[in-house]
Amino acid sequence: MPALEPAAIHAQLRRRFGEAVGDLVGSGRDASATVAPAVLPDVCRFLKTDPALAFDCLSNLSGVDYPKRNVIQVVYHLFSYRHRHWCVLKVDANRDAPVVPTVSHLWSHANWQEREVFDLLGVTFEGHPDLRRILMPEDWPGHPLRKDFVEPEEYHGIVTSRESLLKP
Amino acid sequence: MSLINSMPEMALTTRIDDLLNWTRKSSIWYMMFGLACCAIEMMQTGGPRADLERFGMAPRATPRVSDLLIVSGTLTLKMALRTKVLYDQMPEPRYVVSMGSCANCGGLFQLAYSVCDGVDKVIPVDVYVPGCPPRPEALTEGLVKLQEKIQQERWLVRKTPPVGVRA
Amino acid sequence: MSLAGFEVEVQREVDGALATEDMTLSMGPQHPSTHGVLRFVVRADGEVMKEAIPDIGYLHRSIEKIAEKVGWHGFIPYTDRVDYVAAMFCNHGWAMAVEKLAGIEVPRRAEYCRVIADELCRIHSHLLSVGSMAMDIGAFTPFTHAIREREYLNDLFEELCGARLTFHYMRIGGVGWDLPPGWAEKVRRFLDRFEPIIEEYDRLISYNKIYAERLANVAVITPEEAIDYNLVGPNLRGSGVRYDVRRDDPYSVYPELEFDVPVGRGEMGTVGDCFDRYIVRMREMQQSCRIIRQCLDRLPDGPVIAKVPRNLKPPPGDCYVRIESARGDMGWYVVSDGTAFPHRCKIRTGSFAAISIIPKVSRNLMIADLIAVIASLDLVAPEIDR
Repeated sequence: MPALEPAAIHAQLRRRFGEAVGDLVGSGRDASATVAPAVLPDVCRFLKTDPALAFDCLSNLSGVDYPKRNVIQVVYHLFSYRHRHWCVLKVDANRDAPVVPTVSHLWSHANWQEREVFDLLGVTFEGHPDLRRILMPEDWPGHPLRKDFVEPEEYHGIVTSRESLLKP
Repeated sequence: MSLINSMPEMALTTRIDDLLNWTRKSSIWYMMFGLACCAIEMMQTGGPRADLERFGMAPRATPRVSDLLIVSGTLTLKMALRTKVLYDQMPEPRYVVSMGSCANCGGLFQLAYSVCDGVDKVIPVDVYVPGCPPRPEALTEGLVKLQEKIQQERWLVRKTPPVGVRA
Repeated sequence: MSLAGFEVEVQREVDGALATEDMTLSMGPQHPSTHGVLRFVVRADGEVMKEAIPDIGYLHRSIEKIAEKVGWHGFIPYTDRVDYVAAMFCNHGWAMAVEKLAGIEVPRRAEYCRVIADELCRIHSHLLSVGSMAMDIGAFTPFTHAIREREYLNDLFEELCGARLTFHYMRIGGVGWDLPPGWAEKVRRFLDRFEPIIEEYDRLISYNKIYAERLANVAVITPEEAIDYNLVGPNLRGSGVRYDVRRDDPYSVYPELEFDVPVGRGEMGTVGDCFDRYIVRMREMQQSCRIIRQCLDRLPDGPVIAKVPRNLKPPPGDCYVRIESARGDMGWYVVSDGTAFPHRCKIRTGSFAAISIIPKVSRNLMIADLIAVIASLDLVAPEIDR
């Protein structure tokens, strides 16, 4: 079966899920659609299991902090090895208490990627089997990739800044 | 009275400290503590062209049998705690060479939130080798400087503890 | 250093008068064979592992956050450190992403210089990977051979861009410097010297009985598992999936070049075992030599960098580009908000996915086989932790 254009994939999603899938924004392969968090697992299951779409690979899962809009956005780049086409989904989560359903039961790659987004941005993924910090130490305060993150002064007795020897 | 041609050919005069230090500096075994990019240059220094084995330096896997800890690469805060544990496990006399900008002072990662700015915040350092990463020749010069430092130690009559033994 | 988060159930079997217990070992973070600072908590019954759980983050240098502080041009040295063994690819990926956002067109000569640098870097990286794999298995000689060949490549790179390891060669809009006079001839001489050495490597180690038995049928990864865990590059091709970003999703001047894409065929064991991943890397080095020769023959004249403003401000938007790095498809997701500093830069690397498959494939392997698996997946710690 041939590769589908993003507009065709978006049309199929709209037909099936209605207004929960937003408009297609952007052009070319970076055209993306914002999806409501509640329907995300169903949308992803449809994208993975439908034979014409067959998105068998989650290529990338990233979190982006938009403090001005008060959201943390989770971006999913899906790829199909069978048909060689792409799909980009975006999910907006409220910045004060970000919660997004997990997709780690569909693609195993999502397991560690979601742990990283939890660690660095503080997004809780509902249904994740093992949500704990992955890159930072377990007792690290805060979520570093947020725009309002303040570095701690010291960690276990080690001062985190260094005085410059070049004093004016 | 001249000493020339008056000593038998097998005799050698030196101080005991010099002899001891010469044997010790000629066989420094370093622990493979490659953290980041400088580790690749450390491997290249141990390789065929800039050979470290000609100085008697052999790479060892555990801290228990090594004299030298070459900290090559960026030290993160998570790793800094473990570095202290590894340094404590080394038997004395022990030396530390901080290789590269990241181990000296944090390097270009001073902007980072998770990086310990310099390994001398956790363990005492003997020689700092600058570079990003230092060339094999630079690391070799740093190690030769360490050898000179070892040569100056005094064991029999001492006013201060030797470099490798810290109270 | 606690075992918090790694609580594993210790099974205690009592068989008559002899009670046995599982051991819980901590491999790393300082370990000669873990290819950087990685830690594995291994629960083993003697020599046979029940579980091997990776613990990462010991080299997390917050490179993605630094992108938001140093600006578009200033981030290029940091991309070198994302994967220092194959630094040209990271430079190239970042430059491609920014050029796509800002709509900058790269001159043809610059594209060819980029491809030559990329493929030389691929050989550079694969040599280290293959050499340290042999060293981890126990054979020390191939490692010294690999280091010797890398020194010749280091000389070439040093003449090209001044650095031996972290190149900072590519710029947004092209490359930093043109090829020095006489450099192309030196590269050709290097390739003439190097191609027989790959065959020497094959005679030395690849089909050696002990080496093959250590690697064959160990940690077989099926194509479905590989795609599910998003393995890329030689890991994916070793499992039989013929996909290469240079061929199937081409960028730069790769559509004009001829090369094969080697795939694992289960020569010594099953398709998708450690030996297949190793042999794919050896064959890729041969294909890289072919690509470099074609590029040197077709090199056009012209400028090597486009006119890019120093105070670059790409229009708001995001983009996702991929580049076939030595460790596979490296994805760069870059978000711009119209200012001189990136809003977000996410780097999706092949080693991050590869290490996440280790708990699955390492059940009932021996601890020595875990070393072979780590080496065959070609993990490097900076790609995992960034």
